[in-house]
Amino acid sequence: MAVAETDRGEQENPLVEGLERVPIHPTTLVIFGGTGDLAHRKLLPAIYNLAHEGALPERFNLIAIARSDIPHDDYRAMARESIEKYSRRPPDEQVLEKLLGQVSYVPGSFDDDSVFSRVNDQLDKIDKEAGVAFNRVFYLSTAPSFFALIVEKLGEQGLHKHGEAEVRVVIEKPFGTRLDEAQKLNRQVLSVLDESQVYRIDHYLGKETVQNVLAFRFANGMFEPIWNRNFIDYVQITAAEDIGIGRRAGYYDSAGALRDLVQNHMLQLLSLLCMEPPVTFDADEVRDEKVKVLHAVAPPPPDAVVRGRYTAGMAEGKEAVGYLEEEGVPEDSRTETYVALRLEVDNWRWAGVPIYLRTGKRLARKVTEIAVTLKPVPHLAFQGAGSVGVQPNQVILTVQPNEGVSISLGAKIPGTRMRIRPVNMEFLYGTSFLSQSPEAYERLITDAMRGDPTLFTRNDEVEAQWRIIDPILENWEKDGELAEYPAGSAGPEEADSIIAPGQRWRAI
Amino acid sequence: MAEPAQEAPDTGAVWSAQDTTPGEIEEALRHLLQEQHARDGAAAPARVLNLVVVLDRDWRGEIMNRLEQVGRYHASRTILCAVEPGRTTIDASVVMTMEGDTRPGELMLTRERVMLTVGEKHLPRLDTIVDPVVVTDLPTVVWSPHGHAEAVDALLQLAQVVLIDSVNEPDPESALRRAKELSEGAYVVDLAWLRTTPWRERVAATFDPPRFRDELLHIDSVTVRHRPQSGVAGLLFIGWLASRLGWGSGSLLAAQGAVRGTVKAHRHDVTLALEPMAEQEVPGLAGIEIGTSSGMSISLDRGPGGLVASRRDRKGREQSWTVLGASRGEGGILGEGIRQALLRDPTYRGALDCGEALLR
Repeated sequence: MAVAETDRGEQENPLVEGLERVPIHPTTLVIFGGTGDLAHRKLLPAIYNLAHEGALPERFNLIAIARSDIPHDDYRAMARESIEKYSRRPPDEQVLEKLLGQVSYVPGSFDDDSVFSRVNDQLDKIDKEAGVAFNRVFYLSTAPSFFALIVEKLGEQGLHKHGEAEVRVVIEKPFGTRLDEAQKLNRQVLSVLDESQVYRIDHYLGKETVQNVLAFRFANGMFEPIWNRNFIDYVQITAAEDIGIGRRAGYYDSAGALRDLVQNHMLQLLSLLCMEPPVTFDADEVRDEKVKVLHAVAPPPPDAVVRGRYTAGMAEGKEAVGYLEEEGVPEDSRTETYVALRLEVDNWRWAGVPIYLRTGKRLARKVTEIAVTLKPVPHLAFQGAGSVGVQPNQVILTVQPNEGVSISLGAKIPGTRMRIRPVNMEFLYGTSFLSQSPEAYERLITDAMRGDPTLFTRNDEVEAQWRIIDPILENWEKDGELAEYPAGSAGPEEADSIIAPGQRWRAI
Repeated sequence: MAEPAQEAPDTGAVWSAQDTTPGEIEEALRHLLQEQHARDGAAAPARVLNLVVVLDRDWRGEIMNRLEQVGRYHASRTILCAVEPGRTTIDASVVMTMEGDTRPGELMLTRERVMLTVGEKHLPRLDTIVDPVVVTDLPTVVWSPHGHAEAVDALLQLAQVVLIDSVNEPDPESALRRAKELSEGAYVVDLAWLRTTPWRERVAATFDPPRFRDELLHIDSVTVRHRPQSGVAGLLFIGWLASRLGWGSGSLLAAQGAVRGTVKAHRHDVTLALEPMAEQEVPGLAGIEIGTSSGMSISLDRGPGGLVASRRDRKGREQSWTVLGASRGEGGILGEGIRQALLRDPTYRGALDCGEALLR
């Protein structure tokens, strides 16, 4: 095979063909908030698992930054503990030891210029010793109030660019708490960085089963012809959790269900479900199509939204306290733990199809699914009594816990009469693949280091999401109505009010 | 005659019979699945692939141990054909196992293991015995770790993938020849090739930065160190470089305990060497060294926590670092082989052809 040239005039690397793991340029990953909960539970274990599998760049270093004034060795011990506790596999001692040898720690607060200058020195030292300009990925795993400040400091210290090497900034959620805040944050971030350098993370997109929505739609000729208003009656997207808020009262009470799940994860699911087929699966082609869907969604009117809060009830066979009795929740809290809304995508494909979203804590069961209900058949020849009869077909894409796709079909009940009942045809992810899905953070960290932003949220996408959500929040500020539901139930009865006649919520 | 089905509380359902037929075995599998479903609606049979293993009966324990170590890469239905010299009838047993702990609201995977005890006389038409027992429409993989070439040839009627380990063949020439023969009728997954994967990934990564890619055109020496019995893995590695970089004709000859030779690159010759390392205990490669006419060289060697990489640049400056990665172990390699049966590597055949051509 001859050595060809790429579009950029570079020699192609013919050795890459056929390899499952494409090489990643030497990289230094800098985690702001290196002692935080996310780093502790997710980022450090994900980085270890990538190291274990040989999936990190050939040359890799990690710098953690946080306020605690501790020496390198103490941070390494802390990182070891996180990895041993939360890694999805028992760590290999030799790999872990070598990885920890590539970890360094910079203590200090994020508004302190000297912190950035020490990080700069450390980064330069790494490059100099290796004789290679490493790519730099700054991971902002901090409270949202620091995002703009850190990016500003990176710019001031000249850390936002690095000669021929790439500089990328990963920003955790939430990206703003209102539209104007998200817009302001985008302006601040993009005054220092180019959009191509910004990786706004929504870890839901790193889940295999979420990506499978695209495979399901665009790799199967049987679904796309019916994927429109002519055949689809309505869509329900559910993200139900059986647990309460645990010890996250501080975060959750200021966020609520709408910001916590609907603004990001559930609107992502909606976009993937409703988008037009992209010409290619390049990052911007996919994101362009997702943004078009979001632009076609109008904010729902007040009577198409129900919010609720759980009261005491039963969960997992035990008595469960109500939200207001949870540890750390203010007595006068007005935060919703449940929200249900009816949206419409006003475009040629989806006009008139209600899309119902609902999410909540302390519901009957943990399930995340997309249920697409098709229109009933136009003529029923089978009117036989003694059965539930012909039901509209449903396509259910389950994201968790039993990842897969299920299609309900009408089938004849064995016997002498023509009686019909629905049966399910199921594809279960776990039964059909050998590989275990990697943790979402493993996939996303790799993509950020590789420079593939497909699974990250673009600036116009995040603002389009807020344009849908913001009027709901505004309305709630004026009208404080909050329905109640007992812990362990399917949610407040008021949620039925937003469902169109002839349609119904699926059982949770 | 078939014996009545029994239940084992911990491992799921079992069935066994002496002097049985493929039809009876298939019927028993169907019944066991129905019983399982009736007993536990949360149990779902895995349906990824069939793995047919042909083995010597006396070594079945060793093979079953190896299969136990493949971790999550268990086949959905494993059919072990244990060959017992002189046997004229077929004995069979079926075990259904569940994977992992159950959690409320979640499904549990079940897998089936069929053990057939057959005689040598069954091998030329083993496909007719195995065919009714495989799950229809799933990919079928054949692995025959103890030889039995005629059984493999027979099973090619129903299998799409053959799993081999070329390091088990008596010499590299016959190993590559056999791999090529099998490639004509099925997709071949060679464990010897998979053992070279981390090395290929690292070499590809070393030359990936644009400023180093040009060096690929100037490679003038390749030395591969390997376990004495794993010369074929080294040959496949060199074959891979030759096929990917468009190297032309060349030859390798045994000399002074190693295999050496040259191959024609675009404007120069590349010196090749395969050097056995007696101290290497695990199958596969021990180290690689690649030099270029511009004076750059890179080497990779096994080390704690990964591969130790060294680079010397044109000015003679040297650097060394560790490329992190855990050893997969032989269980991991076999598991990877099973996983690869569902994928298609477009570069293996080229490596095989070039490797074989160098030995002619």
